[in-house]
Amino acid sequence: MTVVHAEPRAGGADPSPARRRRSSRWTGLLGRNPAGLLFSAPYLAFVLVVFAFPLGFAVWISFHDYFFAAPGADVDRPFVGLDNYTAVLSDPDVRRSFVNIGIFLIINVPLTVVLSLVLAALLNQVVRGRVFLRVSFYVPYVTASVAVVGVWLFLFSGDGLVNEVLGPLAPDPPWLINSFWAMPSIAFFVTWKQLGFYILLYLAALQNVPRELYEAAATDGAGRLRTFWSVTVPAVRPATVLVVLLSTIIGANLFTEPYLLTGGGGPNGASASPVLIMYQRGIEQGTPGVAAAIGVILVVLVLLVAWLQRRFVGGES
Amino acid sequence: MSRRASVLRYVVLGIGALAFLFPFYYMVVGSLQESPDPTPAGAFPDPSNLTLDNYAAIDDRIDLLQGLVNSGIFTGGVILGTVVFGVLAGYALAVLQWRGRGATFALALLVQVVPFQLLMIPLYVLIARDYGLADSYLGMILPFAINSTAVIVFRQYFLQLPRELFDAAAVDGAGDLRTLWSVALPLVRPVLLTVVLITFIGPWNEFLWPFLITKEQSMQPLAVSLANYISNIAASAANPFGAVLAGAVVLAAPAVVLFIVFQRYFTSTNIDSGVKG
Repeated sequence: MTVVHAEPRAGGADPSPARRRRSSRWTGLLGRNPAGLLFSAPYLAFVLVVFAFPLGFAVWISFHDYFFAAPGADVDRPFVGLDNYTAVLSDPDVRRSFVNIGIFLIINVPLTVVLSLVLAALLNQVVRGRVFLRVSFYVPYVTASVAVVGVWLFLFSGDGLVNEVLGPLAPDPPWLINSFWAMPSIAFFVTWKQLGFYILLYLAALQNVPRELYEAAATDGAGRLRTFWSVTVPAVRPATVLVVLLSTIIGANLFTEPYLLTGGGGPNGASASPVLIMYQRGIEQGTPGVAAAIGVILVVLVLLVAWLQRRFVGGES
Repeated sequence: MSRRASVLRYVVLGIGALAFLFPFYYMVVGSLQESPDPTPAGAFPDPSNLTLDNYAAIDDRIDLLQGLVNSGIFTGGVILGTVVFGVLAGYALAVLQWRGRGATFALALLVQVVPFQLLMIPLYVLIARDYGLADSYLGMILPFAINSTAVIVFRQYFLQLPRELFDAAAVDGAGDLRTLWSVALPLVRPVLLTVVLITFIGPWNEFLWPFLITKEQSMQPLAVSLANYISNIAASAANPFGAVLAGAVVLAAPAVVLFIVFQRYFTSTNIDSGVKG
């Protein structure tokens, strides 16, 4: 048998005999199974190359006069301090896009929370048809936005089905080219499209609510609405925090819908999102510095909003 | 009282299901109409107004088969990368003790909330300009190559397997690699479909990234070529809605069918563990 090394290991919680035998001087440095690092290396390299480095690079670009050049060409990209940021903040199109995304989030996030919680709570109580309902709720979520945009263009066009049904109530000009309705229409579309995912999150949370809470509420003579409000809503609060956070981040990423549904943020910029402007400035017009600055501002704002939401919605998890 | 409440419950849920499903039904009906009929009557198929011309029309403008193949290669590459490297990372995170494990797990959670909009410009500069990977499958796949949600799903799965399985292998003298190969991997099957489903949604439906780096139509995934059709030429076609809807049906069908057939692998528990860890 091999000689067992003398090991003054401090926190050896369960030093199983087999593992102890293989211990070496690397144990302290790399942990008991250094292979773990090896197995995770591809993933760590991926995160480094695709997330960590580009994050830093984005901030770097935003402080420089960056422009596209042929690969390998040695060009000077001077440091310009806050120039890109001042350019961005004084640009009315950019400011408009931030207001637009604000409108979007004000409609999208509360609507998402309310609808997904109500539908999940109802779905959680039924037995018959459960699978059918669950699947039909998430079908929009698993489908490409590009595909469903096609139907919405058809439904909400000037003489589309929605306006045909609404008759004289239909807005003029129609939804997607109406400067008041364009952004709310996009917000409704995205709410509808993503709802299934949040319903699944709420369903998981609801399954963890202790039954005793409901029994206690019933003993106290609480009605259905009262039980929902005083038992269900507080019990799923951690899920609500998550839903609010994810829908805010996904909403701030808005690009496909204004690009396609309202033909590039129309009418007249009324539905342009910051990411759409980033695409136009950064890639179409070749000023990545400006685009990166928009990205940094957007992320800072999202973090700020997320922090406020957390304080407001609460929940310690 | 209970009966009335139950009826009401089904009415609300039914309205919800209708709101989610109707656009899909309308997509199929619209794609088959010879001339678009937006009246309420048009929501019901009219035999005298049915045609497959729209599918031929859209196939004329954008090569549907090529688009599907490109989407398939993009999605397949991401799934392959995620399954191979995700299993490794998930296993290491759940079973092995190594320095940096906690930090790696925290990273996998954090990555899920990093907004893509901040990465868009630097990734475009790096991948399309510096590495010259524009109009290539590798360039498309790279930013999505390992899905972090899947890494966490694998981790959760290995965590709930009895620890003795792995310890027993170690007692028998199997090394970490050997244990992974002959104990962990054969057990992965049940969670594999869940991971494939979760991973599939991303690249198959992704528009922004492949749109940025593919300019050549022969390289574009279907979502990109259909979007270009919608934004450029739709106005000039004889029945633009019909053609767009026909393309939409072709793009949506694989995802919808996949998620209906394998619905029991895509449940609230799977999603929840993947997002929250």
